[in-house]
This record gives sequence, structure tokens and C-alpha cells, in this order.
Amino acid sequence: MSVETSTDEHSGGAGEPRPVRPLRGSRCASCANVAFPAAVGCQRCGSGEVIPVDLSRDGVVWAHTVQRFAPKSPPYVPPAEGFVPFAVGYVELPDGIRVEAILDCDDPDRLVGAPVTLVASEPVPRFALTEEVAR
Amino acid sequence: MSGVSIIGAGLSKFGRQPDLTGRQMAVQAIHAALDDAGLRWPDVQVAFGGSDGSGLADTLVADLGLTGIPFTNVKNGCATGGSALVAAVNAIRSGAADIALAVGFDKHPRGAFDPRPEDWGLPAGYGEAGLMVTTQFFAIKIARYMRQYGISERTLAKVAAKSYRNGAISPNAWRREALTEEAVAAATMVNDPLTQYMFCSPGEGGAAIIVASQAAAERLGARQVRLLSVATRTRGFGSFEVFAPSIQGSGTPTSVSSDAARAAFEAAGVSPVDIDVAQLQDTEAGAEIMHLAECGFCEHGEQEAWIASGATEIGGRLPVNTDGGCIANGEPIGASGLRQVHEIVTQLRGEAGERQVPGSPRLGFTHVYGAPGVSACTVLEAVR
Repeated sequence: MSVETSTDEHSGGAGEPRPVRPLRGSRCASCANVAFPAAVGCQRCGSGEVIPVDLSRDGVVWAHTVQRFAPKSPPYVPPAEGFVPFAVGYVELPDGIRVEAILDCDDPDRLVGAPVTLVASEPVPRFALTEEVAR
Repeated sequence: MSGVSIIGAGLSKFGRQPDLTGRQMAVQAIHAALDDAGLRWPDVQVAFGGSDGSGLADTLVADLGLTGIPFTNVKNGCATGGSALVAAVNAIRSGAADIALAVGFDKHPRGAFDPRPEDWGLPAGYGEAGLMVTTQFFAIKIARYMRQYGISERTLAKVAAKSYRNGAISPNAWRREALTEEAVAAATMVNDPLTQYMFCSPGEGGAAIIVASQAAAERLGARQVRLLSVATRTRGFGSFEVFAPSIQGSGTPTSVSSDAARAAFEAAGVSPVDIDVAQLQDTEAGAEIMHLAECGFCEHGEQEAWIASGATEIGGRLPVNTDGGCIANGEPIGASGLRQVHEIVTQLRGEAGERQVPGSPRLGFTHVYGAPGVSACTVLEAVR
């Protein structure tokens, strides 16, 4: 897998394309274990030789909860319109890793085992239901 | 680990104590343990201890007496007490000392912990985005577990209600008001499926344990509880922990609690089925449920029937968290592991009063779990 800068884009609506940089992880040169964020040393075998990789954009929700209360500020920076509860969980990627992410979804019950697609990689990974991203 | 006994155990009060510092609670706990052992501070030959955020344990000598003994600070998150106990036990086993102290204490401010992402090796963005919240981890883990193994929300409420019920009959507990399952279930949702009353709160308290060689224990005529084993572990590859930006590997995440429990049982030469009374880390109600299986007491999924049948109640086949656990006592990080040991010592001596497990329990077990993936377990045996 290459590390070249992605030029993939998702349509953010209204004809304004919004580039989404893929999540940048690493793969161990010795045992092929995938890490995110990119590892300094491999957690599985201890090797210090890791290769940068871009992770898949599509995955499946492994588990999630809903953040019902506003986290302490700082460090939390609430949206300009104020805090609204959001879903957070782990997305299982075909690369062989589960990544923590904010999950965009109006109805959290729909997230169980749902296919999701990366919609933002900063400040943390954010995925949305694939069927809604593709729309 | 034959030959090491607990000869004294002491606690400070747990819960909010506005006029006391964490260090003062530690001194109270140490004096309580010394009184329990029939000893004085100058009898202690070596000491280990710590807090997560309330000061250095070795400064306590200013208030205890400057006897010149080695006193090593331990800072190991939720395993602070367990790590201090390991060090105290090793000092006895090595022959370096006959009488050793382990102490843990903390005094946390109100509200949730607010860790800095940088301290956890994470980009600042995790804090800005609202992901540096410990309760999220516990909710995500139990939410998946419930779906996977058929654990109901009712069972979560039952576990928390048991904690408050046991807290109500534990004179030293913080939360001493019994709450019904309905009240627990109807409380404010924090992180689905966990409500406010299913969580423990950061709290205040100190706990101290005095261990001795068998020779010293017999010379002193001490009331002994045999420390069959104590084991601490850090996480293995593929585990799922608080503030993990990812879970590496595939398949079911590994459990540091399983690793530590297995090591403790192997060293003690006993099995989970032999245990008569247990303390399991109950950061929230779901943690107690999952730790029952992770520590080897039942198969994954059996908890639903176990708890419905009252198996973990005082008087059940495996009473768990008879003093109300972290949910009723709060979570002073440095103290919790040794509070657990104190409770098992009390139960094995038959001195737990209204909350005493019937039938003269012989073997007890303690387990703590915490960030960033540490666990400490002990196996204790009554001496009669």
C-alpha cells in the first residue's frame, strides 16, 4: 500500500467537494501487524521497523456507545452551535485493525454492525453510514 | 508463595472528607493496620506505597516517625496497591524483612477524571473531539459484550443495586443508601447502556496492609491470613483499553485481567471454583459482570443466569464485592486494590458483621483493573 497523498473526494453537497485524507497507520515490516496511529515499535513483535500505510476508508461498526453529556472543556471543544450527544465507537477495517472513531448517525441503533465510510480524519477519525455517504 | 501472611489491615474512612488530605487518610489507614496487627510504626522494616494524584507515600514518614526504613514510592494507576503489595511480599520472601507495609491512598476532586491526551501518547485532537472520557470505554465494551453474550440491561441494574445494598450494611462505605434496580435503571444515561448510578465515582480514602514472614507472624502470635499469591500484569497484544485509539489484531480482544487472574491462581495452586468470596473491579456494573468471566469464575454469558439466581449476593455461591465495591466505596485509585484485600481479610477472619459471608469462607480473591491496561490479583486463605 502506498503513502501517496490521497486525492479521493467525497461530495459534501452543494457541489463543494471535500477531500478526505485517509487514515495513516503503519504496518510492521517483520510481522505485518497494522497499527493506528502509526507505530514507533510493533506492539505484537517489538520490531522497530514499521512502514507507513493508508488504511481502508470502509469498515463495519464493531461496537459503540453514545456520549450523552458534554465532556469537560478544556480539552473538549464543543461545536459552535453547542454540545449535542454523539456516537463513538470502533470501526473494524479490512486491514486487520479496529479504529476508534466518532460515528455520524441520527439513530444510534442503526450503527450495530453497520457498514461505514470515513468522512473525516482530523482531529480524530469520523465515519458515517455508508448508505448515507454514498447518497 | 508459602510463608507470607497478612497480619494487619486498616482503612481510613472512604468518601468525601473535606477537612482531610489524602496523606492524612493514608496515615489513618496505616495506624489502623498497625493497631490491627498489634504493632507500632517502628516495628515496620520496609514500606511501599503510593497515590495516583495525592502525594508521595514516602513523605508519610514525617507523620509516622523517622525510623530510617526504606520506603519506596509506587505509581501504577489502579494497580498501585497491588504493585506495592507485590513489592512488600517480595521483601519478605527475599529475607530482606520480616514485617513490611503496603499503603495506597487518594483524594480525587468531584466529577469525572480529566486526563490530558498528551500524557497518554495521543494527539491533542482526541481531547478536542471529546474522546478523553473514561466512561466511553466501559460503555463500548459492555455494549458489545451484552449483544454477544445475551446480558440484559436488567442485569446491569441488579449488579449496581447489590453494590448499594452491600454498601448500606458496610459501616466504612461512602454510599450507604440502598437503591432499587428501578432507580438505578431510571437514572440519567451517561454512556449507553450505562446510567449514572451504574458507575463508581472518583473518591477519597486510604488503605494499608501489613505482611510478615510466617516466622514473624508466629513469633508475634498474629491473627494471620495467608497470602497464597499476588500477581500484577500489564496488557498483552490485542487488548482493548481505556483511551485506545485502536484495537490491534483481530478476533476477541485479549484481557489483562484474565492474564493476572491466571497467574495468581497458578501461583496459589487453587482454581476459581475453590474461591468462597471475591472482590472484582467494578468501575461500573458491566465491569463486574465481565470480570466474573475474565477471571475464570464462569463462562462468558453465564452471568445472566448467575446474577438472576443471586449467586453473587452475600449468601450466594460466590459473593462478590461484599462491601459494595467501588460503586459504594468510590474509587480512590491508589487505595482501591488494598481496600479489596482489607475486605477479604475481614471476611476470612469472620469479622464482617452484618455483611459476613456465611459458612466460614476459606479462600478469597481480589482483582483490580485499570488504565492503561493493568491488573493485580491476590488469592488469600483463612488460617484457623
